[in-house]
Amino acid sequence: MKLDSKIPEGNLEQKWSNYKSSIALVNPSNKRNLEVIVVGAGLAGASAAASLAELGYKVKVFCFQDSPRRAHSIAAQGGINAAKNYQNDGDSTYRLFYDTVKGGDYRAREANVYRLAEVSVNIIDQCVAQGVPLAREYGGMLSNRSFGGTQVQRTFYAAGQTGQQLLLGAYSGLQRQVGLGTIEMLSRHEMLEVVIIDGKARGIIARDLVTGKLERHFGHAVVLCTGGYGNVFYLSTNAMGCNVTAAWKAHKRGALFGNPCFTQIHPTCIPVSGDHQSKLTLMSESLRNDGRIWVPKNKEDMRKANEIPEEDRDYYLERRYPAFGNLVPRDVASRATKERCDAGFGVGTSKMAVFLDFKTAIERYGHNQAVKLGISNPSDIQLKEFGKKAIEEKYGNLFEMYEQITGENPYEVAMRIYPAVHYTMGGLWVDYNLMTTVPGLYCLGEANFSDHGANRLGASALMQGLADGYFILPYTIGAYLSKEISVKAISTEHESFVAAERNVQEQINKLFAIKGTKPVDYFHKKLGKTMWQKCGMARNHKGLNEAIKEIREMREEFWKDVRIPGSKDELNQELEKAMRVADFLELGELMCVDALNREESCGGHFREESQTEDGEALRKDDDFSYVSAWENKGDGKYELHKEELIFDVVHPSARSYK
Amino acid sequence: MAINMNLTLKVWRQKNTKSEGQLVSYPVSDISPDMSFLEMFDVLNNQLINKGEEPIAFDHDCREGICGSCSMFINGQPHGPKKGVTTCQLHMRSFKNNDTIVVEPFRAAAFPVIKDLTVDRSAFDRIISKGGFISINTGNAKDANNIPIPKLDADMAFEAAACIGCGACVATCKNSSAMLFVSAKISQFALLPQGQVERKSRAKNMVAQMDEEGFGNCSNTGACEIECPKEISLENIARMNREFFIGNIK
Repeated sequence: MKLDSKIPEGNLEQKWSNYKSSIALVNPSNKRNLEVIVVGAGLAGASAAASLAELGYKVKVFCFQDSPRRAHSIAAQGGINAAKNYQNDGDSTYRLFYDTVKGGDYRAREANVYRLAEVSVNIIDQCVAQGVPLAREYGGMLSNRSFGGTQVQRTFYAAGQTGQQLLLGAYSGLQRQVGLGTIEMLSRHEMLEVVIIDGKARGIIARDLVTGKLERHFGHAVVLCTGGYGNVFYLSTNAMGCNVTAAWKAHKRGALFGNPCFTQIHPTCIPVSGDHQSKLTLMSESLRNDGRIWVPKNKEDMRKANEIPEEDRDYYLERRYPAFGNLVPRDVASRATKERCDAGFGVGTSKMAVFLDFKTAIERYGHNQAVKLGISNPSDIQLKEFGKKAIEEKYGNLFEMYEQITGENPYEVAMRIYPAVHYTMGGLWVDYNLMTTVPGLYCLGEANFSDHGANRLGASALMQGLADGYFILPYTIGAYLSKEISVKAISTEHESFVAAERNVQEQINKLFAIKGTKPVDYFHKKLGKTMWQKCGMARNHKGLNEAIKEIREMREEFWKDVRIPGSKDELNQELEKAMRVADFLELGELMCVDALNREESCGGHFREESQTEDGEALRKDDDFSYVSAWENKGDGKYELHKEELIFDVVHPSARSYK
Repeated sequence: MAINMNLTLKVWRQKNTKSEGQLVSYPVSDISPDMSFLEMFDVLNNQLINKGEEPIAFDHDCREGICGSCSMFINGQPHGPKKGVTTCQLHMRSFKNNDTIVVEPFRAAAFPVIKDLTVDRSAFDRIISKGGFISINTGNAKDANNIPIPKLDADMAFEAAACIGCGACVATCKNSSAMLFVSAKISQFALLPQGQVERKSRAKNMVAQMDEEGFGNCSNTGACEIECPKEISLENIARMNREFFIGNIK
């Protein structure tokens, strides 16, 4: 198989506009006869579905949740980047492009990233026109903040609920089309197979999660917008239902999987409190603007955080990275935290946590406020009160959430945090048109591999999801559909539909036939533990090989001993989980295979064998400047295809934050 | 450190929409106060699976209080006793050792039970599809800063838009009214300049669909505002009534 990324000719700046104006168009009367299936209703899915329906295509949308408004895009807190330069601080399309390529540790395609930066400005216009209430200044203009250590203010936000507001905007566009009859929305439906006829994606098999009935749906093209696969780690900041199943089924039918080992570990999450833990909650990156991260200098120090004096604290990020301090990128901060905890300096009952302390910030804001109010001799109580007030204005909802979950008041005692799986940069390999290696099968948003390289910058996930859905796919899909106008809707009695449904039915029957002893969660937790320990923040040759062996054993045990209660003809949440975990048990192995192959450290991928003398990540551009695209050969065998990355404009350099 | 708890749960079990349901008692032991309410249900469900029984079906997804999936009616209150939080953010430290906790689905004629604690809230989606949007196609938007919007208006629109569509307002209302939900969406657009063009038809169409779905009228007791996990204000209902009135002037 030869990988063709289909990047258009011409200067970086002109590629997209030239290409866009040359893509074949589809006549409106033909659009009415072309059917498109969209799977997933998050930012990418909802925006793509609404935009396609507006253009006149017949669209069917599927989501496993009870409503499209619940997709996990809704949980994004921080914001969305756009190169608007409203703050007049020198931002530009080029700077956003450059920051994204550099932040991704030079493992993304230049042309894709430039296009992303280019359309970022349209997203904000579109959302505001839809009535998305983004934050504003007193003059009535949109407000921006800086995010993730960037030097310009380009992040648009709606308090700590940016994802929610953007998703509800896209959802409103989708529901409008549902009302107009151009979109058929199928909630509580899960895609379990892609149907391929004469080498082209022509539909899906979906299970109605309420009745258990398997359904066949035809489409001239299929668009997967099914999110990331962070739940392979069991514990992550993903929603409970996030899964890889749709993407994995596509992979098994011929779509290559790109960079599966690229996982983002977010440094500031609420630590695990016990074995009952079902998910992890993020504390926004913005907290690192004011919070200082530390551990005690002495491992045996059992005093409470407040009782440990300054001289006995190790502010390890400030110590190791004096230039960036607590604001180093996510991957660097996470690894430094792991290093301290592994060395035995962690805090709390589990010892797998560090302090995120606002004491200094509360004092500083207190003094500022006293000066503002003209109080020359403020008391300590006054200072603390002023300081707390300032912190509350900035982070009130986060502090509340922390207290709700931990039962501790972070204004009084230092927060405890630990890194957690947050986002997956890897995903189905797509070309410039966002088409996978299966003709007619597209992949958008977090589910594809493109744009973020080996590490995603803060506030860029929302940007990519909406860019793909509103402004890229609606154009690029025309290149394919314009050649499909003579294809009549294929009957779902076609043998390929029958065979695909039979496959799914057999898998379900097989699961029920096991009648084993262990619930699905047992296997999911076990897989998560292995992935986290051996394919998590740091990976090495020995550990990855062990992990592959362990995962194979788990898979075998799963297919012998899992217990699925109830029946297949009803709402059965254990069956749903089992189908998803069965796919995670295969994906986990591929992630380890990919991590093993990539003998360099880049972005979120840290190979212990590839580090500098002082423990920093060592990238190897001569050997690994490529996208790993894996072909599934069946029976746990994979073949690697390489897409070489060519940097015409940006010159890869080592990232240093010292 | 707080000690673990033993509790008795009385949970609504119902096989499907057509069958009749009943409360069934389940003991759970060794529950950590640090568990979330749903994690306690995970423990119970795995206990049931190990015993060869069917686990309890319930909706949940993000488990961080924003997706609006979780929907349990706990001891007579949607999302339980704690103010301003969803069920997934309710933690067991809000309960005491040996407590009996009654857990039911969100009940309303317009929210038929699908199974156990899972209900069908698709009526909300149908209401949105009648007017909970601004009719702008992708690609036609002017620069986002073309129309300045007073910060106060933008903030108020945001507060209304913070609704998570969980249906607690409906579940707690003795009339099963959806007015808090519907009014929050109408308010968001009524407060923004972009929403003015379709102002007259929006309230009229959304209210008509709300009635058709079988939601009742406002009971004027304000229970919805008290139980709303996002503390959406009753003022929105007043604004909706005004919008509805304006929409009906010829």
